[in-house]
Amino acid sequence: MAAEREPPPLGDARPPELEELEDGEDLFTSTVSTLESSPSSPEPASLPAEDISTNSNGPKPAEIILDDDREDLFAEATEEVSLDSPEREPILSPDPTPAITPVTPTTLVTPRMESKSVSAPVIFDRSREEIEEEANGDLFDLEINVSDPEKVGDGMNAYMAYRVTTKTSLSMFHKNEFSVKRRFSDFLGLHSKLATKYLHVGYIVPPAPEKSIVGMTKVKVGKEDSSSTEFVEKRRAALERYLQRTVKHPTLLQDPDLRQFLESSELPRAVNTQALSGAGILRMVNKAADAVNKMTIKMNESDAWFEEKQQQFENLDQQLKKLHASVEALVCHRKELSANTAAFAKSAAMLGNSEDHTALSRALSQLAEVEEKIDQLHQEQAFADFYVFSELLGDYIRLIAAVKGVFDHRMKCWQKWQDAQVTLQKKREAEAKLQLANKPDKLQQAKDEIKEWETKVQQGERDFEQISKTIRKEVGRFERERVKDFKTVIIKYLESLVQTQQQLIKYWEAFLPEAKAIA
Amino acid sequence: MEEPLEMPPGEEGKPCPLSGELPADPSLQVEISDAVSERDKVKFTVQTKSSLPHFTRPVLSVVRQHEEFVWLHDTFSENDEYAGIIIPPAPPRPDFEASREKLQRLGEGNSTLTREEFAKMKQELEGEYLAIFKKTVAMHEVFLQRLAAHPVLRRDHNFYVFLEYDQDLSVRGKNRKELLGGFFRNIVKSADEVLITGVSGLKEVDEFFEHERTFLLEYHTRVRDTCLKADRVMRSHKSTWGLAEDYIPISVALGSLGTQEVRQLQMSFLKLAELFEWLRKLEGRAASDEDLKLSDLLKYYMRDSQAAKDLLYRRLRALADYENANKALDRARMRNKEVKPAEAHQQLCCQRFERLSASAKQELTDFKSRRISAFRKNLIELAELELKHAKASSLLLRNTLIALKGDDA
Repeated sequence: MAAEREPPPLGDARPPELEELEDGEDLFTSTVSTLESSPSSPEPASLPAEDISTNSNGPKPAEIILDDDREDLFAEATEEVSLDSPEREPILSPDPTPAITPVTPTTLVTPRMESKSVSAPVIFDRSREEIEEEANGDLFDLEINVSDPEKVGDGMNAYMAYRVTTKTSLSMFHKNEFSVKRRFSDFLGLHSKLATKYLHVGYIVPPAPEKSIVGMTKVKVGKEDSSSTEFVEKRRAALERYLQRTVKHPTLLQDPDLRQFLESSELPRAVNTQALSGAGILRMVNKAADAVNKMTIKMNESDAWFEEKQQQFENLDQQLKKLHASVEALVCHRKELSANTAAFAKSAAMLGNSEDHTALSRALSQLAEVEEKIDQLHQEQAFADFYVFSELLGDYIRLIAAVKGVFDHRMKCWQKWQDAQVTLQKKREAEAKLQLANKPDKLQQAKDEIKEWETKVQQGERDFEQISKTIRKEVGRFERERVKDFKTVIIKYLESLVQTQQQLIKYWEAFLPEAKAIA
Repeated sequence: MEEPLEMPPGEEGKPCPLSGELPADPSLQVEISDAVSERDKVKFTVQTKSSLPHFTRPVLSVVRQHEEFVWLHDTFSENDEYAGIIIPPAPPRPDFEASREKLQRLGEGNSTLTREEFAKMKQELEGEYLAIFKKTVAMHEVFLQRLAAHPVLRRDHNFYVFLEYDQDLSVRGKNRKELLGGFFRNIVKSADEVLITGVSGLKEVDEFFEHERTFLLEYHTRVRDTCLKADRVMRSHKSTWGLAEDYIPISVALGSLGTQEVRQLQMSFLKLAELFEWLRKLEGRAASDEDLKLSDLLKYYMRDSQAAKDLLYRRLRALADYENANKALDRARMRNKEVKPAEAHQQLCCQRFERLSASAKQELTDFKSRRISAFRKNLIELAELELKHAKASSLLLRNTLIALKGDDA
């Protein structure tokens, strides 16, 4: 079907309307329901200006990478998008020459010429921003792995280096597959940079894994026991999840710092992440100041959505914390059970040895073996409980803290706007006074100041609206991701439980005839 | 706490799972038909159905407390006539301390628990209490039933008194003198241990007993150790499943998440909460089955093997007495003084020793077959129950998975 189409003239294509997407609705059913409060049809130009400024590399091409075969320009597109269902109708209408016009100077639309590949625009209507986000998710082709933790150095200056491997077909990267070595502070540095750039305008930047002085000291000192290997593994997995979440965010993915982190072999050491550094102390002071400010800001919430959402997140936070604590207790007890079962198995084996009736002796030894295997199972189950369930809860507790942070930034933004208005009012009053007092030279200055503050008020209002909009979008995306995450993890967890039970059945079924054979 | 326990009807003549298959003997059937727990005492209603002429009525019912059981056991073990018999071990004292303490702590108003959590924990603890109760009843019953089944012991006069005398036997708990006496008796027993381990140089002529001695010594130690380890496993199980310290708050938290979450996740959380509730109950049942089939079995045979060891001590003591009597006779013959009494004494010792040996041989053989059949029965039942629970859990999990996967858009 694609053969009928002529390739579009480069630099010059119009994305077909979303309505022509026969299966447009189907693609995004899961997201549509959460979009009740989505803005109706904002102009594309209303996209955050920050996107452009931070994106010095220019608009990112769409995720669809095509080969040079012009005939099949959109065949690839079809395949890429129809990830879930191979029988999807082609996305494009039979319109032979769609004219692609870059709708805004920002991302996603303008195709870019490259020696190897040609990229086509993302073919979705700009008005459905949320769906477009989801589309980016579907067309997303970037795989990140964190592996091979390696101890570098000795003594207290030692650190763990992790290999970060990226496999991608996105053209914004120089290669399709590459890997670098990074240490923990590098990850913290990355997060710090991203947070500084994006948090205050309303983007939910995924938080980095937590520092652990105790854990790291054990590793540094060189304790080769199971608890330090566990710690390293836990950290490795957490770093992987952190990166995977960060790259899933379409805006963050564009960020050059992120790209540098993934690609460049040498990275400047991020010293500001150390807890006791100057920057660290400054951070702590700022946090304290923020907390005080939060208490004093009393915002007139004009939009009920925000209040509702904040409350929801607050509830969710509490619930997750409770659940997390309980699951951690469960993990702990499972480990205890495992140790006790192992001891019992050994003892039963010895009992079997001392039993002088042959068949009973054999049965008891078999029992001991079964119990030993069950112990193994319990250990694996503890592993599943912990990594699958508990870590997810921990991640989301931290993510929700980031979400709350973003809401707080909005409040600060509002405060700034209000303050500007108050100052403007004061300036106006001052000007009025000067008018009466008839001081022409000071009057001009006052008028200038009024102009200055009027602009500031306007800017403040724009900023506030912008951050509100961004937050809405972000929260929508966050919730979608969260639903997906939780569902996947819950299913994975249940599957592991099923596995355990199946194994138990096998073991006991093998044992039963032995018991029956006792004569 | 008043806890009247109704024993299900039709339990008479059922083979006791711990002491192997006991014959359902209509001439003397003993069971504990009811039990009541009062503060710190448990009152057992012992019911006897007998066609024996000794009893005034065909059906008897008396109320006994634990101390009276212990008294009965002690009269048997102190009776020289039964020296060649393995005396069925006395039932352990009913111990609700731990359970009662937990219930008390719960009742004291731990405000960190939600109402739902509280209700569930209370249910759990009450279940535990009930389980302990049932166990102690079973232990006391087994003791009586073994006595009733033994051809010699069942004819004991004290046993009849125990079964029939409907007044309080006024068996007070041991006072200090008696406890001290018991203490000394244990020391004597340890001396017997020395005897039995062959350090004293007593020569064992009979291969059968030689083998039994070595076997029982090791077996008893091992079974005691395994019993201990099994107990620890049970306790771990309880903290994961039974007492549900972990599972209750999890299922409650999941439940509230389920009601408050966004629509897409509601089903997942609610189903998960339901699942955890079910798993908790299922695993609780599995844990108490394990407790019954494995722990109790091991405990019982720890005590029973000790009773067998006691029998061996007594026989060896009789052997020592016999040897001493022989030496005394030789000395008397040499000095030609008081030969007759020495001869008579020696005859007595010889007869006693031979009587004990013959009886012991029979008893020990019975012990072995009893043990084997009990282990067999319990291990089979254990495996079957484990399978049943694992299959039920597996089914439950798979159904939940299907429901959750189907819920995916």
